[in-house]
Amino acid sequence: MSRQRLILGVALALLALGPLVLPEFYITLLNYIGLYALVALGLVLLTGVGGLTSFGQAAFVGLGAYATAALTTATALPAWLAPLANPWGGLLAGLLLTALVALLLGLLTLRLSGHYLPLGTIAWGISLYFLFGNLEFLGGHTGISGIPPLRFGGFELRDGRHFYYLIWVVLLAAVWLTSNLLDSRAGRAIRALKGGALMAEAMGIDTGRAKMVIFLIAALFACLSGWLYAHLQRFVNPTPFGLHIGIEYLFMAVIGGAAHVWGALLGAAVITVLKQWLQDLLPQLFGATGNFEVIGFGLLMIFMLHRAREGLWPWLTRWFPASARRPASAEFAAEPLPARAVPPAGTPLLEVKDAVKQFGGLVANDRMSLGVASGEILALIGPNGAGKSTLFNLITGVDPPTSGEVRFLGERVDGRSSRAIARMGMSRTFQHVRLLPGMSVLENVALGAHLRGRHGVPAAMLHLERAEEGRLLAEAARQCARVGLGEHLHDAAGSLPLGKQRIVEIARALAADPCLLLLDEPAAGLRFLEKRSLAELLRQLRAGGMGILLVEHDMEFVMDLADRVVVMEFGKKIAAGLPREVQSDPAVIEAYLGGVD
Amino acid sequence: MDLQIALLLGQDGVVNGAIYALLALALVLVFAVTRVIFIPQGEFVAYGALTLVSLQAGHAPGTLWLMLVLGAAVAAIDGPAAWRQGRRRLAGLLGRQLLYPFVIAALVLGAAPRDWPVLLQVALALVIVVPLGPQLYRLIYQPVAEASVLVLLIVSVALHLALVGLGLLFFGAEGSRTPAFSEASFEVGGLTVSGQSLWVIGASALLIVALYVFFEKSLYGKALRATAINRAGARLMGISTTLAGKLTFLLAAAIGALSGILIAPITTIYYDTGFLVGLKGFVGAIVGGLASYPVAAAGALLVGLLESFSSFWASAFKEVIVFTLIIPVLVWRSLTTRYVEEEE
Amino acid sequence: MSASNREPILEVSDLCVSYGKVEALHHVSLKVRPGEIVTVIGPNGAGKTTLLSAIMGVLPLSRGEIRYQGETCRHIDIERMVARGMTLVPEKRELFGEMSVEDNLLLGAFMRRRLGFRDERQTLAQVYEIFPRLKERERQMAGTLSGGERQMLAVGRALMAQPKILMLDEPSLGLAPLIVREIFRVIGDLRQTGVAILLIEQNARAALQISDYGYVLETGEVALEGASAQLEDDPKVIESYLGLGGGQH
Repeated sequence: MSRQRLILGVALALLALGPLVLPEFYITLLNYIGLYALVALGLVLLTGVGGLTSFGQAAFVGLGAYATAALTTATALPAWLAPLANPWGGLLAGLLLTALVALLLGLLTLRLSGHYLPLGTIAWGISLYFLFGNLEFLGGHTGISGIPPLRFGGFELRDGRHFYYLIWVVLLAAVWLTSNLLDSRAGRAIRALKGGALMAEAMGIDTGRAKMVIFLIAALFACLSGWLYAHLQRFVNPTPFGLHIGIEYLFMAVIGGAAHVWGALLGAAVITVLKQWLQDLLPQLFGATGNFEVIGFGLLMIFMLHRAREGLWPWLTRWFPASARRPASAEFAAEPLPARAVPPAGTPLLEVKDAVKQFGGLVANDRMSLGVASGEILALIGPNGAGKSTLFNLITGVDPPTSGEVRFLGERVDGRSSRAIARMGMSRTFQHVRLLPGMSVLENVALGAHLRGRHGVPAAMLHLERAEEGRLLAEAARQCARVGLGEHLHDAAGSLPLGKQRIVEIARALAADPCLLLLDEPAAGLRFLEKRSLAELLRQLRAGGMGILLVEHDMEFVMDLADRVVVMEFGKKIAAGLPREVQSDPAVIEAYLGGVD
Repeated sequence: MDLQIALLLGQDGVVNGAIYALLALALVLVFAVTRVIFIPQGEFVAYGALTLVSLQAGHAPGTLWLMLVLGAAVAAIDGPAAWRQGRRRLAGLLGRQLLYPFVIAALVLGAAPRDWPVLLQVALALVIVVPLGPQLYRLIYQPVAEASVLVLLIVSVALHLALVGLGLLFFGAEGSRTPAFSEASFEVGGLTVSGQSLWVIGASALLIVALYVFFEKSLYGKALRATAINRAGARLMGISTTLAGKLTFLLAAAIGALSGILIAPITTIYYDTGFLVGLKGFVGAIVGGLASYPVAAAGALLVGLLESFSSFWASAFKEVIVFTLIIPVLVWRSLTTRYVEEEE
Repeated sequence: MSASNREPILEVSDLCVSYGKVEALHHVSLKVRPGEIVTVIGPNGAGKTTLLSAIMGVLPLSRGEIRYQGETCRHIDIERMVARGMTLVPEKRELFGEMSVEDNLLLGAFMRRRLGFRDERQTLAQVYEIFPRLKERERQMAGTLSGGERQMLAVGRALMAQPKILMLDEPSLGLAPLIVREIFRVIGDLRQTGVAILLIEQNARAALQISDYGYVLETGEVALEGASAQLEDDPKVIESYLGLGGGQH
C-alpha cells in the first residue's frame, strides 16, 4: 500500500467516525464544507483543468435547490408533474432543468474566448438571482419553507448527523468520478484545452464538445449540491445563490488549487472555516456589527494569490511526495491498436494545386503547387518568412486557402476542419512546440492517439474503458521508445530540452498512425547525433510506406534525406527537383545566400 | 405611457447612461492597458460620493485614513529600492506617499472644509480618493502584473470585497445624498429638465472630450495607447508596465470618484451602491468588446435608457433585463469575431 | 580598426540561461565596442533571441555576467536599460499598429523625453532623412505598411532613442533582397555615428559582409568566432552553416 493510499484511508476513517464524536457545531460546518466542495469540484474541472472561468455556479446550485423546493411544496400541480412531487422527482427535474439551462448558456457563451466567458457568467449569475427573488411561485425574496426531509425507505434524514453521511458519500463519489475522468482518453482531451485549440484540434479533439462536457458536469455537480442543501435546510431563499456566493465558490477552487480534485475540498474547508472565524473575530475588533469579515477575507485572498498562485494543494503535497511506482516502456504490454492499411509505395497522397493565401493585401502563398506520394520524403525549404508555415496551415486545415485546391488521398480537403483531415490520416508537428508542459511525455504522446480510441466521458468516469486505455498507453509507449524517448516516459514534457520536445511532437504525430506526416523544422535545436538518429527514423518510416513533408533549414540534413526538394521564396515556388539539381540552381543560391552587393 | 412620461424616463436614462458611459470608458481603459477587469471601479463611485458627504457633514472621511495607511505601506515597500536609486527618487516617493497625505489630512482636520464652497469640497474629495487608485495598483496589482487575466480578475473580485467592507466601516450602512450643485430647472417643450441633470451630462461630455485630447495629443496619453496596443513594444520604448498601470489607475479612480460625486445629488448612495452601478458600466464596456471607446459609451447609454424604461414597465425585473442584455450582445460578438489562436 | 582599441560597451561573459530545467544558452561570451558591428549568426533554435532577451534584462541569468558601460547589470529591467541607451529592434518589430508612423517614431523618444531631453523633433528629421519613405507615410497607420516599411519604421523608432548600442534581431526576416540591401546599407552607415551594433541574423552572408566581428551560435553555444572576413571564408561555416557545401566557393 502506498503512502498516499494510507493517508487517504486514515482520512476516510476519521471522516466516518466524525459524527460519533464531534459536537453539533462541527457537524454543521462539515456538512457545509461538503456541499461547497461539491460545487468547487465542478469548478476545478471547469476552471482549473479546462481553463474556463465561471462566476455563476451559485445560480446552478439555486436551480437544483429551487426545483426540488417548488415541486415538493406545491399545492396545485398540473397532473403531468404530479409524479415529480417528491425529493427524487425534484432531483430529476433539477438535473434536467440545469442541464437544459447549462446547455443553452454554454451554446451562447462557451465560444467566447478568454475574459468574455467570466463576464458572461457574471451576467447570467445576476439575472438568475434576481429571477429567483422576483418570481411569485418561488416565494419571492422570502423564499419557500416546509420542504420535506429526504427519506430512504422508512428512514427520514432529519438529523444533521445523518445527513452528513449522505453529503460526504455523494462528494467522495463525485471526486472519484472526476479523478477517473481526468485519468483517461476523454480527460486528456479536456486537459488539452488549456494548451490551445490549435494543437488539440490537430490531434482530432473536438474542443467545442470537450468544453461543453465540463461545463455540463460542473453545472450538474452544483445542482446536486443545491438539491442536498434544500433538503438539509428544508428552506430556500435567493440569498445563497447570488453572485457573491458564486464568487466564493470560485475562490474555494482557486485557493485550494484549481487544478487538483482534492484542492476543491481543501479550498472549501479553508474558506468556510476562515469566514466563520473572521465573522466571530472582526466585529469585536471594530466594536461594531456588520459584514466586516469580507475585508479580511478579501485581503487574505489577495495575499494568497500574491504568494501561491497555484493554490494550497500543490504547496501541501510537497510535504507528502508521491511514491507511486511508474512502469517502464517495456511493461506496457497490451494488444496493439489496429493500424491503418498502408497504401502501396508511389500512391499520390497529397496534391496541392495553385494554392493562394492572402492576408489582407499580403500574398503569403502565391499559386503554390506540390505533391507527396507514399514512401517518399519531400522537403520544403526557403528562407524564414517565405510562407512555408502558411502552406502547412492550408494543408492541415487550420486556414482555408483563398483559392486553389488541396487534395488528400484523392479527396478535396481545402475548407475542411483540421479535425476532419486528421481523421483521414494526416498528422503534423508544430514549428513552435505545442506540448502540455506539465503533462508527462507518455500522456502527451497518447494525445496523438486520441482518434484511435472511442470510449467517451461516461465510460471514463466509471473506468469501464481500462482495456482500451491500456492499449492507447501501450501505443504511446511504443512510439516513445521508437523515437528514443523511452527513458523519459514519465518526465514532464516541459522539462525536456527544446530539441527533445520536438521529438515528442514527432512521437505524438506517429501515435495517430498517419499515412502522411508533416514535420515543421524537426531538426532545429538538435545536436549532431540526435539529428542523425532522427534522419534514421525518417528513413525507416519512408521504408514503411509513409509519405513525409518536411520543412527544414538544415541543408545538410535535408539534402541527405529528401527524395525531392521544393524551394519557396516570397510565397512562390522558385525551384523544385532532386536535391542535387536544387543545390546548383542559381535562384536558390541567391535566395539562400543573399548578400548585399 | 404618454409622451411626457417617455421624455422623463428618457432624461433619467440619459443621465444614468452618461455615468455608465464614464465608467465604461474607465473599464475599457484599465483593461486595455493592464488586462485587469476592474471590478472595484464601482467602489470609487461610492467612495467619491460618500467622502464628499462626510466632508460636508464636518467629519474626517475614512478614505483619508485609508490614503494615509496605503501611503505608508507604499513608502515602506518601495523605500529601499528608491534609497538605492538616489536621493531624488526617495524624496519623490516620500513626498507623494507620506507628505501629501499628511498635508491633506491637516487640511481636512484643521481648515473646516464643512464651510467651504461646494466646488472646493468636491476638489478636496477628489484629492483624497483619487490617489487610492495608483496606491492600490502598486500594492495589489503590481506584484501580479504578469499573471493571467483570470488571476487578475480574481484579485479584482477580492479587492472589491475588501473595499466594500471598508466602505461599510468608514461610512456606515446608512445611505446619503448631497445637495444638488444647482437648484435651477428649465422648461423645455413641456419637459422639466433639472439643473443637476445638465451638470451630469455636461460634466460627462467635458470629461470625455478631455480624455480624447489626452489620448490623442499628449505623450503620456500616447504611451498608454501604445501599451494597450502592444505591451512588448511599449516596454522596449521604456514605457514601463508599472508606470502605465499607475497612470491608468489614477484616471480610473478620478473617473469613478467624479461619477459618484455627480450622481450623489440624484441617487441615494450606500457603501455598496458602487457594485451595481459599476456592473452596468460593465455591460456597456462589454458591448464595446472591452476595446472600442465610442461603442462602449454608446452601449452604456443604451443600458441607461433600457434601465429607466424597464423600471417603468417591469420594475421588479429591471436588473434581470439589464443584465440579460449582455447575452445577446455576447452571442452577436461570438458570431461576428473569428477566434484567432494566439501565436507566441 | 580604431574600434578594437576602445573599451567594450557591452561585455557578456560565461552566460547561461535556462527555461525551467532546460538550458538554452551555455557559457556564451561576447564583446561589442562602440562604432563596431558585431553579428551573431546561427540556425533557428540556436538561442539567438534568448541571448538578446537576457542582455535586455527580460530573462534571468542562471550563471555568468553582463557588463554594460563598465558596470555589472544586476536587478536589471528593460526600462533601466533603455534609459541607459540600449535599444532593441525585435524580430517581430512590435510596432503600434493602430497609431500613425509619426506617433510610432515619437514614442521611440519616450524615454529621452522622460529624462528631460526635448530634441525629438530634430531626431525625427534625421530619421526621415535616413528613411525618406517614412516621411511620405507619416500620417499612415503603422499596421497598413508593407513588410519593408515596417522594418524601416522599427529601425527608425529605435534610432529615435539615440541609442549607444543598437541590437537588431533578424532585420532581414521575410524581406525582399532589395529591401534587405537597403536596411543593411543603413545599418552599415550607422557605424560612423559611433553607435555599437549587435546584429542577430540568419542571413549569414549579408551579416558577415557588413560586420566587423562574428560569432556562430549553435544549440546554445558559441561554435566559432572571429573577424567577419575570416568567418566568411571559413570552410566550416560554409559547409556546416551556409550548408550548400563545396563547389560554390
